[in-house]
Amino acid sequence: MASETRRVLMDPLIHNNPIALQVLGICSALAVTTGMQTSVVMSAAVVAVIALSNLSVSLLRNMIPTNIRIIVQLTIIASLVIVTDQILKAYVYEISKQLSVFVGLIITNCIIMGRAEAFAMQNPPLKSLIDGIGNGMGYAAILLVVGAAREVFGAGTFWGIPVLPLASEGGWFTPNGLMSLSPGAFFVIGFLIWILRTFRPEQNEAE
Amino acid sequence: MLRGLLDRLGAPFEKGGPLHRLWPLWDAQDTFLYTPGKTTAGPSHGRDRLDMKRLMFTVVIALAGTVAMAFYNTGLQANLAISHGATPLPGWRTAVIAALGIGFSPDSVLAAVIHGGLWYLPVLIVTFAVGGAWEMLFAIIRRHEVSEGFLVTGMLFPLILPPTVPLWQVALGISFGVVVGKEIFGGSGFNILNPALTARAFLFFAYPSDLTGDRIWIAADTAPDAVSGATWLARFSLTGNEAFAETFHPAGGAGITAWDAFIGFLPGSMGETSVLACLFGAVILAATGIGSLRIMLAVAAGTLLMGGALNLIGSDTNPFFAVPFWWHYLMGGWAFGTVFMATEPVTAPSTDGGRVVYGFLIGVLVVLIRVVNPAYPEGMMLSILLMNVFAPLIDHFALQSNVRRRAAASALAVEGRG
Repeated sequence: MASETRRVLMDPLIHNNPIALQVLGICSALAVTTGMQTSVVMSAAVVAVIALSNLSVSLLRNMIPTNIRIIVQLTIIASLVIVTDQILKAYVYEISKQLSVFVGLIITNCIIMGRAEAFAMQNPPLKSLIDGIGNGMGYAAILLVVGAAREVFGAGTFWGIPVLPLASEGGWFTPNGLMSLSPGAFFVIGFLIWILRTFRPEQNEAE
Repeated sequence: MLRGLLDRLGAPFEKGGPLHRLWPLWDAQDTFLYTPGKTTAGPSHGRDRLDMKRLMFTVVIALAGTVAMAFYNTGLQANLAISHGATPLPGWRTAVIAALGIGFSPDSVLAAVIHGGLWYLPVLIVTFAVGGAWEMLFAIIRRHEVSEGFLVTGMLFPLILPPTVPLWQVALGISFGVVVGKEIFGGSGFNILNPALTARAFLFFAYPSDLTGDRIWIAADTAPDAVSGATWLARFSLTGNEAFAETFHPAGGAGITAWDAFIGFLPGSMGETSVLACLFGAVILAATGIGSLRIMLAVAAGTLLMGGALNLIGSDTNPFFAVPFWWHYLMGGWAFGTVFMATEPVTAPSTDGGRVVYGFLIGVLVVLIRVVNPAYPEGMMLSILLMNVFAPLIDHFALQSNVRRRAAASALAVEGRG
């Protein structure tokens, strides 16, 4: 893989993570990460939407009039989100019910608009597609870690399977109620950012 | 002689010594025993004898009354419940009491103090061991001295917990309070939120079944329904009519009197029940200037105004509206929070005007949460934490208004000369 392509794909994972460094897309990261299943489905949906929206916007970038570019981008993203929503309803109905409005709200996810506007409008289609996948994976990485932490400590299960024996059923583990509440996700993301910046001090904001 | 011994032992911790990384550990206990031996090298300057250590010690002395209540009242409530038909909780504490042959008589002060101590001391020890360990760890990593701030946090935290709180939750809570409430922001003096309250709020939301309800405030098994284990705030809030009738129509019988609530021989968090003990602390804090009397009075004023207003408005469905406003001073954590939590210098505003606004809003909020929000019988912790967050903003506006006033005054003065 050419080093440029690798950079476009891998940078958003750790070095320039959309959630941990740019602090975008926090709303859905709080709302859907109570369990692993919802986190995985949400991640997949966002990766698909962001990759295809980057590709489509990049293909059309020379035909979009500058004055109405935001409207065009939104139309593309909204169409993709509606398709994604229909697919989820068709194949994973139970989880799509749990995700409720948050699939529809992918339209408003700043990461997707941000990549379309900042990257796809200036770069060729293939590179934009890879950038979309990379940023989607960066988002997914955080979602999966937060989802795993919240499900294990908040409910004692992983992917719905009990891993820590509950005190109410004769085990020793008492679920941490804070983890099932949205503030729990804030704390987990905060700790992740703390760890990340301890090992990569260049991510700290200038004083 | 002790000094000489300490100097010999301390040598490896000095700069260049093999154990220099552990210097904060050494320094903490050394300056605890002796005042620092360093003197100023440059031109001398006046220096207040009131350093951090003495300040924190004054707070600990002010807490003496509430600590005494934590020992006596915790045991008394348990023994009273047992004499009314509740059973002692199984576990090592009951075994210790049986081994000592003291029994559970509510009339014996000794029995109550020992039973209370068996609940209070483990919580205190776990708090200091775990919280102290975090404090040491951060001091070593960041290479600064161990701050005395934790002494007060560690004293406050057990006093605002129910006696039956599991010890592992104490450890987890104080870890959260010290790390997230304080060290993330840079340690003592930089924290936005009160660490002891942060720790309690964490437990409150994470393990509600162990921090709320009617089974946790008395250290005995009250399941046979011989006695109600709920705090009076919870009873006013949840079973309104009944408790209300009992209390405010003396013919009803089993209610509490204002005097009971003032002295504090009631179920509740270990150190918060006695208004008298908090008053003792308030006098010491206000006299030494360590706790702001202005904040305490402002909280009282806010509670008076909001409580009084709700008394006037009244409500057909919520009898709590009619609880006389001065009962809010006597119940739950009001007195403890006002005296020891709201006045904490780091998290409260530092301007005089700001302190009045801050205290007043705490007083208003606590009544609103207690009376109007059915989910939380007690509102002291949440209202103080909320206002902690706003303290810097309040200070900002207090400073701005001062700047504007002085600018206007100097503009007038210039005009007058012209």
